[in-house]
Amino acid sequence: MKKLFFISVLALSIAGCGERIKPDDETTGDSNLDDAGAGATAGGINAGTGVGGTALEGGKLVSYEENAINDPNNVLSEKIVYFSYDSNSVSDDYVELVKHHGKYLSFNANASVRLEGHADERGTREYNVALAERRAQSVKQLMLYEGAGNDQISIISYGEEKPVAFGHDDESMSLNRRVEIVYQ
Amino acid sequence: MAQAVLKIDITEGFEGALPIAVIPFQWHGSVKVPNGDVSAIVMSDLARSGKFSPVAEKDLIARPQKLADVHYKTWRIAGMDHIVIGSVTKQTDGTYQVQFRLIDILKAKQVLGYNFTATDKTLRSVAHQISDYIFTQITGLPGAFSSRIAYVTLKRDKKTYKSRLQVSDTDGYNPQTLLTSDEPIMSPAWSPDGSQLAYVSFESGQAEIFTHNIRTGVRKSRSKSKGLNGSPAWSPDGKKLVMTLSKDGNPDIYVLNLADNKLQRVTNHWSIDTEAVWLPDGKSIIYTSSRSGKPQLYKQSVIAKSKPERLTYEGGYNASASVSADGKSVAYVHGEGNIYRIAVLELATKSSRILTDGPLDESPVYAPNNSMILFASQEKRQAVLAAVSVDGRQKQRLAFTDGEVREPSWAAVRY
Repeated sequence: MKKLFFISVLALSIAGCGERIKPDDETTGDSNLDDAGAGATAGGINAGTGVGGTALEGGKLVSYEENAINDPNNVLSEKIVYFSYDSNSVSDDYVELVKHHGKYLSFNANASVRLEGHADERGTREYNVALAERRAQSVKQLMLYEGAGNDQISIISYGEEKPVAFGHDDESMSLNRRVEIVYQ
Repeated sequence: MAQAVLKIDITEGFEGALPIAVIPFQWHGSVKVPNGDVSAIVMSDLARSGKFSPVAEKDLIARPQKLADVHYKTWRIAGMDHIVIGSVTKQTDGTYQVQFRLIDILKAKQVLGYNFTATDKTLRSVAHQISDYIFTQITGLPGAFSSRIAYVTLKRDKKTYKSRLQVSDTDGYNPQTLLTSDEPIMSPAWSPDGSQLAYVSFESGQAEIFTHNIRTGVRKSRSKSKGLNGSPAWSPDGKKLVMTLSKDGNPDIYVLNLADNKLQRVTNHWSIDTEAVWLPDGKSIIYTSSRSGKPQLYKQSVIAKSKPERLTYEGGYNASASVSADGKSVAYVHGEGNIYRIAVLELATKSSRILTDGPLDESPVYAPNNSMILFASQEKRQAVLAAVSVDGRQKQRLAFTDGEVREPSWAAVRY
């Protein structure tokens, strides 16, 4: 059964002991980061309908069924990636989350996301727009390694123009340094 | 007459400013027009410039109305260099005749005198013209009071987001809204002749650069490529826009020829290149680049293929340059730790000085006569505009009465 097969692949990927497989050139177009996709893309041969599972990660369900993004109990319900100050690399805390979304896109060819890049208020406005675009591009790159298609992902950068937290303290600023994954 | 929505307070300074007495103008055939008190407007313009220290009305030692009434010796003893006298006379057709004389106390004579005709609507702009004449006569610098400023205002909370592109007189009066949007508006920049603004608007769901004629309201989309479309700045001849695009993968600097839409790529580097502005010769630009790892300012020719010349070395964050009209100095944002302040770099000597206290100062822009730098600042959780004289001695704040105000741009001339 397709379902069971898929769960086993996931388990490998989460445990981090799966054999590393070079991402499929056709879906990524870039192979600079050979070790970015930890095996899971192999499960995506039959991308599309009915792929699901019941694996748990951090108390949340891991599955890539079409409506999984609307399930508050699914890992995919987390749709914000946070960044360090002046950094555009996806931190270890968020790599798995981004990969799950990348896999969801690879299994659901009709799905598409807009990645909205944001920065905190420090620094200049236009530089922050550029920085936040790079954050969104980092997220996109990781998703591509998981088999998402280039045309499934669009990017917009708002820089510091659309904060979610209005304070000027460290906590507010850390909430504002983010990429929002918005399903279309 | 439209109320000011910007309130301007001088918060620091006066030291070294020139003493001047502006005698309240006498009104004939009319009471003072609300918001049209010509002599009060002149006084406040001169004070805001940082170059003058006008005597408070209550401290005036005399109030001469005619040249013949001026006792030079008395004013000399009081330490006054110049006095301004004048009158406003209502004509039978409803217009006003505005007259002023600038008197040099040491030379004991009138050095400037003009007559203007004004209407209720134009009294304020006549007053700003008088300020320009006085400022130029005494300092030798062009006046900038009668031009316009542009800025972006924002009203927002968790649910609503309303940004506006506004244009007003330089003292905040007569605000007019050029554009209202539920999405961000950024980086307004005046064309050299003051007739148009270039800016970034996200109204279509992506960043797009427009030019907008402030009189006709006609606007044109100038760039809507994939990715960033940001930081527009007009070339000194008004024929080109330098801008930041990321359509080729990285944020790089491009020059768009407005007549034929030809796009020339200036930088090609994996780092962030953005916030380009022109030097007055129209041949070079100064921009922000992270090619050294952190944002720093660089200068590069747009005419010949050349290597960028790094301009800033002190501190980990130097960005958002504004070049003075004479091309000698560059105002920019200098960040160290968590403090972002406005600094000025002298291009000839490469020496820099910090002018403001921070902690979140940004978007510096020179007044057209180089005497002041306007910038955006955070004050007690409110986003305000502020101005600092180029010697750093005089500071003022321009608070917006309704929401946040940011990204000022000062037109060189009034169109």
